[in-house]
Amino acid sequence: MTDIATPAPTLPAADTRHRFGAFGGRYVPETLIAALDQLEEAYEEARTDPAFLAEFDELLRNFVGRPTPLFRARRLEEEAGAGPIYLKREDLNHTGAHKINNTIGQGLLARRMGKKRIIAETGAGQHGVATATACALFDLECVVYMGAEDVERQALNVFRMELLGAEVRPVSSGTSTLKDATNEAIRDWVTNVESTHYIIGSVVGPAPFPRMVRDFHAVIGRETREQILEVEGRLPGSVVACVGGGSNAMGIFHPFVDDAEVRLVGVEAAGEGVETGRHSASLSVGEPGILHGALSYLLQDSDGQVAPAHSVSAGLDYPGVGPEHSHLRDTGRACYVAVDDQAALRAFHRMSELEGIIPALETAHAIAYILNEAKALTSAGPCVLNLSGRGDKDVAHVARVEGRGSLL
Amino acid sequence: MPATNPSTSPTAPRTLSDAFAARRAHGQAALIPYICAGFPTADASLALMEAAAEAGADILELGIPFSDPLADGPTIQRATFEALGAGMTVRGALEILRRFRTRYDTPVVLFTYLNPVHHFGLTDFVREAKEAGAQALLLTDLPAGADAGLEAVVREGGLELIRLLAPTTARTRIPEVAEGAGGFLYYISRTGVTGARTALREELAREVEALRKEVALPIAVGFGISTPEQARLVAASADGVVVGSALVDRLEKGGVEGAGAFLAELRRGMDGEAVS
Repeated sequence: MTDIATPAPTLPAADTRHRFGAFGGRYVPETLIAALDQLEEAYEEARTDPAFLAEFDELLRNFVGRPTPLFRARRLEEEAGAGPIYLKREDLNHTGAHKINNTIGQGLLARRMGKKRIIAETGAGQHGVATATACALFDLECVVYMGAEDVERQALNVFRMELLGAEVRPVSSGTSTLKDATNEAIRDWVTNVESTHYIIGSVVGPAPFPRMVRDFHAVIGRETREQILEVEGRLPGSVVACVGGGSNAMGIFHPFVDDAEVRLVGVEAAGEGVETGRHSASLSVGEPGILHGALSYLLQDSDGQVAPAHSVSAGLDYPGVGPEHSHLRDTGRACYVAVDDQAALRAFHRMSELEGIIPALETAHAIAYILNEAKALTSAGPCVLNLSGRGDKDVAHVARVEGRGSLL
Repeated sequence: MPATNPSTSPTAPRTLSDAFAARRAHGQAALIPYICAGFPTADASLALMEAAAEAGADILELGIPFSDPLADGPTIQRATFEALGAGMTVRGALEILRRFRTRYDTPVVLFTYLNPVHHFGLTDFVREAKEAGAQALLLTDLPAGADAGLEAVVREGGLELIRLLAPTTARTRIPEVAEGAGGFLYYISRTGVTGARTALREELAREVEALRKEVALPIAVGFGISTPEQARLVAASADGVVVGSALVDRLEKGGVEGAGAFLAELRRGMDGEAVS
């Protein structure tokens, strides 16, 4: 059994509960304070409760399929001209991505708090599917908010959630995308706070969500550490992950934060190019602001209105980012770069052809960066890429984007 | 009761506590309408503020629209997006207030979310808001204890910081919320977002009475109040009645004139006069 949640000792001693340096916090309507206090208390108890940890561990093993393999991508190395490069195969998890680590953890917590109703937001539908899956497993009522546009574009995931017993509610306010679905989920939570737990899908939102979601995903980094030490006998020189809200990145970064020699690189979506204004690169070009309960880097206009995000990958299409990433950025512990739609699409193809793995479009951003920067990323030791999800969900979208019509 | 001043020089505003005291002296509660700046236009907002003052409103909440109004229901969301679409900005909202202040002394609470004023620069915002004639600031997503530094900026800049209390607020937390609060305490009538409801919760009056024993500030109640009868019920226990979504609704249907008439009706309801 593992300790799921070692707080990062680099954080200042004061205010560690709600912040990462200056970032994070609890900027929420008063109505939610009691629920956040309750959640924090329940989580603090659970994270050191051997029975809770054993159950979480058992479900990760036998329901999710962990540990996931660490696979050496030799043909990718050949193409990139440097190595070793390893893939942490989160795509092999049940439901096809890392997201389920968190929904299993929070589902267990909801049950522990006696909450029978779950709400969630989803963009492309991956977190919605992972939440619906956990709710089926734990016999919890499940309502998923999804931008009306995304409901149209991701009809298959909508049906998948319905098969799992969830109700999908389209959101057509604001920009009809993930940030508005999140607003609507928060509105539901404010209204039904006594009966309902909100399973947020990334390391975002008010405390304790960013820390808790990170802790549930930190299993990715812990396994990686063990696996790389076993095969290479040394720590990685670099760890690379894509960043939308940033949950897969925080999960794999966290157990390496204290190892100063391990470079941590987050790859954001540059969309049509950061200079066009149509992108999702909050850490690269955003400014600190407050959205969904936390202070963090945020895309916003000159009047402090949240600016719409853009990416070919729906999972990165979010104007904010987890507050711990903002802290890692400002302290220089991690660096953040941005890769555009076209480069991500090329990497999507190359990974499929070279390794027989169709990656999620989100992950393809990180792959594109590795293909370009492999020499530097492997100069001090092996590079590990968090292969956060599989790309089956994106196949129809890519066909459409590339003018193959709606063949699927 | 609002003093009108024929000159265009700024009118010295009354304080929030004066506004409550004036009503209390007559055994009445304060009427506090919420007006979304820029909905449907800046001129209409100004006209509505003036109509509200004439109709017996004691304090005005002027909402500065934000792209992600997560504490608001469909009606105020609609007003917000329309105002933003028509180009309303933080500065634009302050300009409406400045124009209102040339003729009216009714105290004004600026009501918004943290990000627009944070991005503006909170210190600058508070200074400009004060210069424009604001008395207080209410930030929906800045609960007590979330950011003492930002709260200090508001107080030191000379605006009263209005805080909210919810039915879910733990009893043990009430003193912490009341401690740093200015002006009045805004009691949220129910868990949920803003928006009209057909019925008020039965426990409401009892909750307000219980709260009154613990806090010295006037207590205003809002969220979901939409009829003169509801306003009368709330006014029986609370010091102030906030009306938001229902007013936006009237403004959409009947323009400034209809909205003003609705406020006059609420005023009569609260004062126990026959409601037509």
